[in-house]
Amino acid sequence: MTRSDLMVLLPYIILAASSVAVMLVIAVHRSYRLTVLLTLAGITTALAAFSFLSPLLPRQVTALVVVDRYAVLFSALVLLASFAVAVLSDSYLSLRTGRHEEFYVLLLIATLGAAILAASTHFASLFLGIETLTVSLYAMIAYLRDSDRGLEAGMKYLLLAAVSSAFLLFGMALVYAATGSMEFSRIAARAGGAPALTLQAGLGLIIAGLGFKLAVVPFHLWTPDVYEGAPAPVTAFIATVSKSAVVAVLLRFFGTIGISQEGPLFLVVTGIAVASMLLGNVLALLQDNIKRLLAYSSIAHFGYLLVMLAAGGPMAVVAAAFYLVAYVITTLGAFGVVTVLSGPDGDAAAIEDCQGLAWRRPWLAAVFAAMLLSLAGLPLTAGFVGKFTLVLAAIGSALWVPVAALVLGSVIGLFYYLRLIALLFAGPGRAIPLPPSLSFLSGGVLAVLLVLLLLLGVYPAPLLDLIVHAVR
Amino acid sequence: MILAWIILVPFIGGVLAWVLGSRNASLGRWTALLVLLADAFLVADLWTGSSGAEELSRGVWISEVIVPWVPRLGIGLHLAVDGLSLLLIALTVFLGLIAVLCSWREVRERVGFFHFNLLWVLAGILGVFLALDLFLFYLFWELMLIPMYLLIAIWGHAERVRAARKFFLFTQAGGLLMLLSILALYVAQGARSGLYSFDYLLLLGADLPPASSRWIMLGFVIAFAVKIPAVPLHTWLPDAHTEAPTAGSVLLAGLLLKTGAYGLLRFVLPLFPEAAAALAPAAMTVAVAGIIYGAVLAFGQRDLKRLVAYTSVSHMGFVLLGIFSGTAMALSGAVMQMLAHGVSTGALFLIVGMVQERIHSRELGRMGGFWSSAPRLSAAGLVLCLASLGIPGSGNFVAEFLVLLGTWSVSMPLTAVAAAGLVLSAVYSLGIVQQVFHGPAVSAEGPADLSLRESGMLAVMIALILWLGIFPGPVLRTAGPVVQAVLCCASPGHIPPAAGVAP
Repeated sequence: MTRSDLMVLLPYIILAASSVAVMLVIAVHRSYRLTVLLTLAGITTALAAFSFLSPLLPRQVTALVVVDRYAVLFSALVLLASFAVAVLSDSYLSLRTGRHEEFYVLLLIATLGAAILAASTHFASLFLGIETLTVSLYAMIAYLRDSDRGLEAGMKYLLLAAVSSAFLLFGMALVYAATGSMEFSRIAARAGGAPALTLQAGLGLIIAGLGFKLAVVPFHLWTPDVYEGAPAPVTAFIATVSKSAVVAVLLRFFGTIGISQEGPLFLVVTGIAVASMLLGNVLALLQDNIKRLLAYSSIAHFGYLLVMLAAGGPMAVVAAAFYLVAYVITTLGAFGVVTVLSGPDGDAAAIEDCQGLAWRRPWLAAVFAAMLLSLAGLPLTAGFVGKFTLVLAAIGSALWVPVAALVLGSVIGLFYYLRLIALLFAGPGRAIPLPPSLSFLSGGVLAVLLVLLLLLGVYPAPLLDLIVHAVR
Repeated sequence: MILAWIILVPFIGGVLAWVLGSRNASLGRWTALLVLLADAFLVADLWTGSSGAEELSRGVWISEVIVPWVPRLGIGLHLAVDGLSLLLIALTVFLGLIAVLCSWREVRERVGFFHFNLLWVLAGILGVFLALDLFLFYLFWELMLIPMYLLIAIWGHAERVRAARKFFLFTQAGGLLMLLSILALYVAQGARSGLYSFDYLLLLGADLPPASSRWIMLGFVIAFAVKIPAVPLHTWLPDAHTEAPTAGSVLLAGLLLKTGAYGLLRFVLPLFPEAAAALAPAAMTVAVAGIIYGAVLAFGQRDLKRLVAYTSVSHMGFVLLGIFSGTAMALSGAVMQMLAHGVSTGALFLIVGMVQERIHSRELGRMGGFWSSAPRLSAAGLVLCLASLGIPGSGNFVAEFLVLLGTWSVSMPLTAVAAAGLVLSAVYSLGIVQQVFHGPAVSAEGPADLSLRESGMLAVMIALILWLGIFPGPVLRTAGPVVQAVLCCASPGHIPPAAGVAP
């Protein structure tokens, strides 16, 4: 391993080191404020380190990881989302009794796992990344031990994640048996001569294993319970950091292998996508709990994204990446509002909790409404441009059936997004006690998210250029 | 740049009205009024500055802006105005002013936010009438929906949330189909020419195979037919119009319906001339069905506002008929009808709003004999009902007459049935007059008469209707080149690449 190898790994090393540092600091001097500051500093430094890398890119470091623009793009997305989650966790946890310093160690480790996924080119690093991410998540979901819901959610996630890991490993084993390699590029090179059945079965199992993480139908059953039971910032983490990392590696893997439109894999992916779009949106209609509603809506959104996996090609990856960025901003904002609304006794859950919010906390309601509009894909928001590029890429590949499902799903989705928006502007309802005011940092994060959302909705060209550059 | 400002002024003014209006209600109202007056000034400047007539008569764009926006996808900020757009943005700003004025006393809660939504709807509509980039057009098309939804859902009447949702879902579903069509057109055109762009003028030259052109057109047609609305896609309209606050009904009937007709004229006929010609018989049948159906249902209503709403279905049928009949005369009539219907139905909704404000009911059964206590209100109502039935001297007469005359040469039976719709409109219009303004008074103390603000608004609108009816020349001259351009593209077998439209 040369010096340049270490240089390009620097951001990941910083992230790992800061988790160790935070742990040691807690052992020596337990201070909540210091822990949070160290965590934020660690993430910021890692982000800053990425910006010095560009002359060295792209660089393959061992067979396991490649640090290219694509990896940097998704790692940076993961780190930024994780930064926002850390800030939200701070305002969430500081209202609750108990010791919360260790939470940030877990957060940093999970972020490291997610960032590695974005750079992974090998089954070993894929699996290591996923497990690093998931194992930390078990503890994060069940972090508030007094909450039964949280423990239940943690348990559910543990069981289903273990099952999904088994699927993933078996799939990898089959692919290895068929091609004799665990490197993405070699698998792609040898796929032609490999026994088709073993290879296709292996790839199918890998899709199933990763599908659990993305919570697409039919691997979605854990989602609503975990979303509801986990503390709101952790839910935001699962929805954004964990899922974008998995999408990153999924797109890279299947981008390398290629999904032909005639093969059975294409049918599987299309089927999953269509089922997720329709079922996610239909079930979201029935929810009376904001977190469960957002859970089902996320199922639908990842159905939209999987259409891009089926479409294949650079335009699809660009569209998927843009959509993902928009989705991360939007979801962070939505869960950010839920976090801020959550009092010390429990999370804001029932949708009545936000009735008439516009007249009590206009700015918070404006942020929430903007996020919902973006999820619904309405103009001037990032979600609008995201959906636009998505449909454009799908039509470019002539995927008419998924496009029809996407349109149908979007129309169904409007029902519940509109219902929430109408509720925000309805007459004053049951006034839930609100925390006295936003902390400076979480208010700032929400404001930045809102600005980004609108900026990407009005002027998407720079980000689009960035992504096209990264994907090329 | 004046075009960009016409759209930006209400956007910025909307935010300003919200901020100021949340401090002081009347400050919000005055802000909205001044913003629209400023916009009216810009439009007037555009009109007078350009009607050196020789530009208009050549049919070129009067004013145009192109700024690259997302060059990677071929999206540009392309705004342009021709005669048709000019007439419609003038109508938009005028009805916007009326909407602000008619809410002066009706809207008392959350005044700032109300005017924010009002101005943003107007900005979206102005954008729709000015955009020549299909991405931009779609953006504005969607953009006007959310504030309109909020206008109905927050300030509407009893069933407001349900009506607002129905309105939103219908239009949004249509909008998404249009999005698919826009993207399919973009991809198909790009694949043929190698130049991927959403620019209208580039797409005009697209020479698509008939099959795909038919499918792509269908998405546009459905989106526009929902807005117009064409039977059987009209069911959102009576609910939305009835539950909306008066200003909302004015905007819906006066402007939102016109965006659908505008879309057909601007996009469907020029982009898909052959497919549109093939669709014409079916579309004209639907239009005539709408004329009769709307009139019959209007006659059966007991709710005055719902009645007026159904008359819109009937009157907009004439627009649809005129657009698809493919003769210059009928097309001019359709444009005229867009303006005349916008003003006259808007004014009728004002009357309904004024009546409701006074007697707190929209039930026809609880109205009667208003003439004795409110003569000015009743006189205005009489004139507007007569205009609505298309009495000579009103703009509606000119419009409907031209449409029927133009359609006669194309299809005699359809013209005959459509003309029967005129008779029906006389029945329900006179029915309103008889029931509401004449007859025995229902209560001893009738409603109060019009205030100065109310009479002013109605007087201006009535004057406008008469002006359209007596001097239709300027409007027809302004729209003339556009009609010619649409026709030359729409006649089958003759497809010049954007000739007569592009400079």
